[in-house]
Amino acid sequence: MARLDGLAGRLREIVGAESVITDPAELRTYDCDGLTYHRATPGIVVLPDTAEQIAAIVRACAADGVPYVARGSGTGLSGGALPRTDGVLIVTSRMRRVLAVDAANQRAIVEPGVINLDVTRAARPYGYYFAPDPSSQQVCSIGGNVAENSGGAHCLKYGFTVNHVLACEVVTPDGEIVELAEGPGYDLLGAFVGSEGTLGITTKVTVRLTRLPETVQTLLAGFDTIERAGEAVSAIIAAGVVPAAIEMMDALSIEAAEAAVRCGYPPGAGAVLIVELDGPASEVDAQFARVKELCGEAFEIRVAADDTERGLIWRGRKSAFAAVGRISPDYIVQDGVIPRTTLPEVLARIDALAREHGVRVANVFHAGDGNLHPLVLFDGAEPGAGERAEEVSGRIIDLCIEHGGSITGEHGVGIDKAKYMPRMFTDEDLDTMQMVRCAFDPAGLCNPGKVYPTPRLCGEVPGRRTGVHPLVESGKADLF
Amino acid sequence: MEVVDALAKACEVRPGEAGDAVQGATPAYVAAPAAVAEAAALMGTAAEHGLTVVPRGAGTKMHWGAPPDRCDLLVDTRRLGRIVEHAAGDLVVKTEAGLALDDLRGVLAGAGQQLALDLLPPGGTVGGVLATGVAGPRRLLYGSARDLLIGITVVRADGVVAHAGGKVVKNVAGYDLGKLFTGSYGTLGLIVEAAFRLHPLPRAAAYVSATAAGPGQALQMAQALLHSTLVPAAIEVDGPGPITVAALFEGVPDGVAPRAEAARSLIGGRIGDAPPGWWGRLPDGEVLAEVRALPTALPDLFAELPDGRARIRGSAGRGVWHVALPADGAGDALTRLRRHGTAVALAAPAGVRLDRWGPIPALPLMRRVKDQFDPGHRLAPGRFAGGI
Repeated sequence: MARLDGLAGRLREIVGAESVITDPAELRTYDCDGLTYHRATPGIVVLPDTAEQIAAIVRACAADGVPYVARGSGTGLSGGALPRTDGVLIVTSRMRRVLAVDAANQRAIVEPGVINLDVTRAARPYGYYFAPDPSSQQVCSIGGNVAENSGGAHCLKYGFTVNHVLACEVVTPDGEIVELAEGPGYDLLGAFVGSEGTLGITTKVTVRLTRLPETVQTLLAGFDTIERAGEAVSAIIAAGVVPAAIEMMDALSIEAAEAAVRCGYPPGAGAVLIVELDGPASEVDAQFARVKELCGEAFEIRVAADDTERGLIWRGRKSAFAAVGRISPDYIVQDGVIPRTTLPEVLARIDALAREHGVRVANVFHAGDGNLHPLVLFDGAEPGAGERAEEVSGRIIDLCIEHGGSITGEHGVGIDKAKYMPRMFTDEDLDTMQMVRCAFDPAGLCNPGKVYPTPRLCGEVPGRRTGVHPLVESGKADLF
Repeated sequence: MEVVDALAKACEVRPGEAGDAVQGATPAYVAAPAAVAEAAALMGTAAEHGLTVVPRGAGTKMHWGAPPDRCDLLVDTRRLGRIVEHAAGDLVVKTEAGLALDDLRGVLAGAGQQLALDLLPPGGTVGGVLATGVAGPRRLLYGSARDLLIGITVVRADGVVAHAGGKVVKNVAGYDLGKLFTGSYGTLGLIVEAAFRLHPLPRAAAYVSATAAGPGQALQMAQALLHSTLVPAAIEVDGPGPITVAALFEGVPDGVAPRAEAARSLIGGRIGDAPPGWWGRLPDGEVLAEVRALPTALPDLFAELPDGRARIRGSAGRGVWHVALPADGAGDALTRLRRHGTAVALAAPAGVRLDRWGPIPALPLMRRVKDQFDPGHRLAPGRFAGGI
């Protein structure tokens, strides 16, 4: 690690000694993200304050051929921010200023370490909020949201992070600072958002702000069976209603939520649905009446009278992942997507898989867009249980692919699912995607080993083209 | 073997004629693949023979973008016109690229659904709308093609078929090549299939339009609508002489009527079932530009227009406008408009000398993307930003 020793010295010159961590005990604090079963202690951790510092750090890494990984709050669930033992972890958590809230133009400019919910807090006095709402929104950072193209319960209506990012200032793997935005040329912004930290590091993000709705209506419906709940979801979509969110939980996840937060969901329910509508009151009132009719098979429907009651309804759902810890010592959170209409069939297959392998699976999902979060329960102390759970979790992903869905709806591929990519995409597809990687990061130093199981050989590292006028090259001038 | 014979092994091919010319460049061959496999074979043959390739759908926007440096082979995509799958229950459709959007609209309407993209100019194909990235009034609520596209199939310069995305709306697996190809003017590969998320057709719609006394008042009206909780699907402005601000409300009948009334109380004017005549149409002029700026820059944009025959029309909510300019002085007008944002000349008469694109901040990266996808620079060479 002599190479890293020399690099650490140069990083101290860039950010100051107090912002470079090389002490082994302190480094271990950063050895995983939200997916804790992948661990690697970073070679060096650096905590920059500015884009210029990040650019200098990236150039120093490039000069030594040292890989680097960017990390925000470290809440990701696919190991996208898993460090390299032979590399540098660039942590953006000190860059947490909200630089501007421009309500007149429905946007805010923030640094990458700003917490998702803090954007909404800054915008709310103007009547606005930041729509993407991953369930980690109290702690996750905007930089991480950009890297993962984060979604959330309300992306059914409002879309994902990529639909709410207007521009990103990015440090490229060349160590240059560039602005990616809609405008003349390729939509590099669209390719960058969701690239899981493999194309560069965002240092400033212009986000779109969304007007707070005039009204929000939320109901909780208890059904005898998950099939009946699924039919209600299909009926709502078929009626032309676009709810802000439709969430479903099965009996086992309800049991967990009751044990954890006593959410008081209808006793004996085989499944519950949470349906939320928002928008102009006149629209929401009419549509909400329709939704209640379409939930006619429910044995109980509760309508939230105010924000407090709404919070109670959501509490069970939002606590579901952590709550599973009350009924099982260990669990795997899966994230897969299916066409929504295949929900009944896929759930039956998951049930059969669980029985076959003797494991329990709790189902929590964004039912409106077919995004499943099966929680595969196991006891790590029991020999072979972890392997069986892993097997079931992987087979669920196969089910998603078989039904025309995706291996990840919002958690990302990261290190965890790179092995599944060849099941969803052909070698040619993966090779083509990596052409983008080769354009941005021909040396393969920017978060290597993530997303793609085998890196594309980029061939000769393209240098600057010769014979082009510098002003044309830099984009300052172009005449035709 | 003659090139034409080699191409004919892939699909239907004929010699190019004057009517096939792309901004003055007459292709030697015009080929019309009828399946993705044919398109792949065609592109592979074009690669073997080093042919330059320009794709064309219905041909409604071939005068957009810069003229190609060369055009050996024109690929007419219109025989790739199938709906591959319409999963109505999933609100998803997958089509081939040469499908006319009007035909798609009819099929989807039968299921009470829509692809929420306004088609301008009329008559375009799925592939053409994607390749140019053009969008109309309802971009305010639904976004543009990049936001509605969920999966794409392309044929690369070397004839390899590649997919990205899929046919589910929520999906973050792999790079989003669909966004990269949207607005790429055929310079990265041939788009052959696309999957989109759909929306229910609204059961009711109403337009509210009012005349502004000047650019400042137009901005005030647009801002009043934008910051209301009425959720307009579009806020459009058209002017000068006079300047009109109009908004579209979509939803259920009981919802749309009070929202339209509330909008009229904000901006005045009148409520109607039909849009103003200019709605969703490109302004007429010798040079057509797409201008992006902060929504609040609207009065500044009006101030930069040359006197007389210039026109601004577009989304006052999103800050994306189409501007029509007289050829004489268009270059200067674009330079002035660029003080406030970006301005790209989509179309300009042959011989008019102007900087079509303006400054392009990430141009070196874009050139590297191009070099990866099309190392021989054979795909629509010269048509795109920075001479790509």
